[in-house]
Amino acid sequence: MKSYLTGFILSIVLTVAAYFAVAEQLFVGQMLVVAIIGLALAQFVVQLLFFLHLGKGTDSRWNLVVLLSAISIVLILVIGSLWIMHHLNYNMTLPAPLDSHYLINQ
Amino acid sequence: MEQALQQHNTDDKTTFGFWVYLMTDLVMFAALFATFAVLRGNTFGGPGGRELFNLRFALLETFVLLVSSFTCGLASIAVQRGSKNQTIFWFVFTLTLGLTFLALELTEFSHLIADGNSWTRNAFLSSFFALVGTHGLHIAVGLLWMVVAMFQIWFKGLTSFIVSKLTRLILFWHFLDLVWIFIFTIVYLYAYV
Repeated sequence: MKSYLTGFILSIVLTVAAYFAVAEQLFVGQMLVVAIIGLALAQFVVQLLFFLHLGKGTDSRWNLVVLLSAISIVLILVIGSLWIMHHLNYNMTLPAPLDSHYLINQ
Repeated sequence: MEQALQQHNTDDKTTFGFWVYLMTDLVMFAALFATFAVLRGNTFGGPGGRELFNLRFALLETFVLLVSSFTCGLASIAVQRGSKNQTIFWFVFTLTLGLTFLALELTEFSHLIADGNSWTRNAFLSSFFALVGTHGLHIAVGLLWMVVAMFQIWFKGLTSFIVSKLTRLILFWHFLDLVWIFIFTIVYLYAYV
């Protein structure tokens, strides 16, 4: 009961903090991105510990191993995609007169 | 005693197997997240996230799902206590909140589609509907599972077989809230950066 309540309160605090950081524009540009991703990761850890009880139970070590390997695949997938597609967009940019802004408008 | 111990080990293995499934599901969501992150700027001249999404509405959805994850945790405590009535009570609570969440999400989708911003409009909206829709589909499956589980508890009581199944249902529901944190952050909050 205590574990769920702690997790619940922490999750609410982190969600509200992320919301206000964006709604009130507490940071600018890259800093804001870092802040909200950081808050999301913090909430991820909070919920893993207090809701999913990772680290408790008999076989929890294997649960952790599978989680960590999944996370490493997730990171390769997400960072890799962004990296590759960013460079593709950059290299595919056409000479100025052509209407190319759809390709690069990110 | 030995039989009980063996049963316990089998349950642990089944739950571990389910955990492995959840982790592969996480990888699938990561692919959808990566697609969204790559395509979020490709609006083909249409409106972007900032024009389409309402932050307060997304915050409301987040709270509904978070509270449902919490009540699902309370259900798991009731399961451990072996209290059939409390378990059903908290599952009804969770189910109601889950249905509310799904209704909110479908309202949002129908408004987007009514305004001509469906998945056919541009790559950004395709990836948005794929990501958020897949999560919504998981929620719908979870709700269906919950209804079936409640019937089972009602008619058969909290037998060890059903308790073992409930453990996995509860894991599944917490997992969906975990994924939603990132949808809230990367889809909705990030649109306003």
